[in-house]
Amino acid sequence: MKVHLEETTLEELKKKARRIRELILTTTHSAGCGHTGGSLSEVEILTALFFNIMDIDEKNPKKEPRDRFVLSKGHATPGYYSTLALRGFFPEKELAGFDSLGSFLQAHPDMHKCPGVDFSSGSLGQGLSIGLGMAQGLAGKGEKGVTFVLIGDGESQEGQIWEAAMYAGAKNVRNIVCIVDYNKVQLASTTEEAVSLEPLKEKWEAFNWNVMECDGHDMKDILSALTAAKEASGNGPVVILAHTVKGKGVSFMEGRYQWHGKAPNDEEFQQAINEIYAGGEI
Amino acid sequence: MRIGEAIAPRVVFGETLVELGKEYEKLVVLDADVGASTQTALFRDEYPDRFYQCGIAEANMVGMSAGMAAVGMIPFVSTFAIFLTKRAGDQIRNSIGYPGMNVKLNGAYGGLPTGKAGATHSAIEDIAVMRAIPGMTILVPCDPVETRLAVKLAMETEGPVYLRTVRCPVETIFDESHKMELGKAKVVHEGGDAVIISTGMMTPKALRAAKALESEGIDLKVIHMGTIKPIDEDAVVSAAIEFGHIFTLENHSVIGGLGSAVAEVTAKKAPCRVKMLGFQDIFLESGDNELLFSKYGMNVDNIKQEIRRKVCK
Repeated sequence: MKVHLEETTLEELKKKARRIRELILTTTHSAGCGHTGGSLSEVEILTALFFNIMDIDEKNPKKEPRDRFVLSKGHATPGYYSTLALRGFFPEKELAGFDSLGSFLQAHPDMHKCPGVDFSSGSLGQGLSIGLGMAQGLAGKGEKGVTFVLIGDGESQEGQIWEAAMYAGAKNVRNIVCIVDYNKVQLASTTEEAVSLEPLKEKWEAFNWNVMECDGHDMKDILSALTAAKEASGNGPVVILAHTVKGKGVSFMEGRYQWHGKAPNDEEFQQAINEIYAGGEI
Repeated sequence: MRIGEAIAPRVVFGETLVELGKEYEKLVVLDADVGASTQTALFRDEYPDRFYQCGIAEANMVGMSAGMAAVGMIPFVSTFAIFLTKRAGDQIRNSIGYPGMNVKLNGAYGGLPTGKAGATHSAIEDIAVMRAIPGMTILVPCDPVETRLAVKLAMETEGPVYLRTVRCPVETIFDESHKMELGKAKVVHEGGDAVIISTGMMTPKALRAAKALESEGIDLKVIHMGTIKPIDEDAVVSAAIEFGHIFTLENHSVIGGLGSAVAEVTAKKAPCRVKMLGFQDIFLESGDNELLFSKYGMNVDNIKQEIRRKVCK
């Protein structure tokens, strides 16, 4: 399915993605902690979802009907919070409190503390089941809304992901879109070195999901995939394998597991910011 | 349900769910392929659109229930207590407990009576695990009448609730006028010589022991604790002050269950000795329920013996 987007929209979204990258780096640098690598890999996915694809309202986060989002890879909060802040769910300056005592920006998302968060997460493997529950619960109530779940590739080693995948495929659950942030790197190595997921496309297909693939950093491509997925989810479960790069946009972080759960120091931060704005387009 | 009649709580559970289905439009039931055993099949037959067969995948089932609760449904999740509380322990803790989801968990086949299924199927630490989760309400009804009330109470109680039910027929000790209140103990037998606090299917056993001891001139007070969390602290403190020694009796490990909950209260508010009758840090085994209860010192004769030893020394 082709999406006809005005060039300005695309440019605006790319600009927002750059700004989110800056906010991520500022957040983890300032906090001295946080998952920088996996936050940078999810930027275009979140930008597309929160600024184009999802029916949400930052002024009324609980409005009904609305689309829902679950960050199953719950540690990637710097990316999630930066996106929510930029969208206007809370002021950007609040990001300075990330992961500190008393802040509503917990290390992992808390639905009762942070505006815009639809479900609390942190223990890997659980988000897809949550999303399936939301999709079926909404259907049971006769309410509209598509539920998007972002999972990690390392997280896909959890058995519960495949319990959920099997269930959704068997029952043909509608209005659920799962996105795999397929950055090929997990906490302590590449996924290939840890426990390979391949052939991943065939696995999801075998579980009866509609599988789409895209470049998770090409804004046009990810928008096109998400638009198609949202529409197709009316017929059954859809998964997007979004091929991404851990630490995307910062040369010394890209593809390196060492940046899974690390914050940049002053020097690294400056270099990273320079790189993000040097290219103009990411 | 008349006093003395033995009825399997699982049947009462299934029938009550059907009854509540009318009252609560948002009640949905999730099952992990044990609905024929735990009797949620009754709900399935009555409300097929509100019944979710999740297959043998407890983690996904519990996760889905949390998502359903997040959009306003009231899910009742039902499977064997052993798998629900441990296989899906992380899901209950992080996706139901932490976000405070309004999910009801039926831990069926709690404790020893699992239909002679042995160690791997006997949940004797489920209460301990659930009790450690902040905000979790724990209901352990003792007879068919109270089981029905407990299912209703679970629905009326906002937030996560763990309901523990058993498989085998249990003697009815309450008449239909019985009321079950959250966090309130119930004296089921008065007595001034010794006191025993019991829960679940052990309360009818304690009551039998108390009645048998009457003929020996021993008056045993039996307090039934239908809510393990929040526990009735006042009832525990009163018993501690009046008797200076408390027996506890549970179809559960003595680590983390009713006995521990009682001892936590006495340690804080009214120190006294607490003698815990229950499974002593062991795994169970196959065999006849009553023979196993006897082996581990938890049948009616064992209870009488314990009380005699205390009162007559």
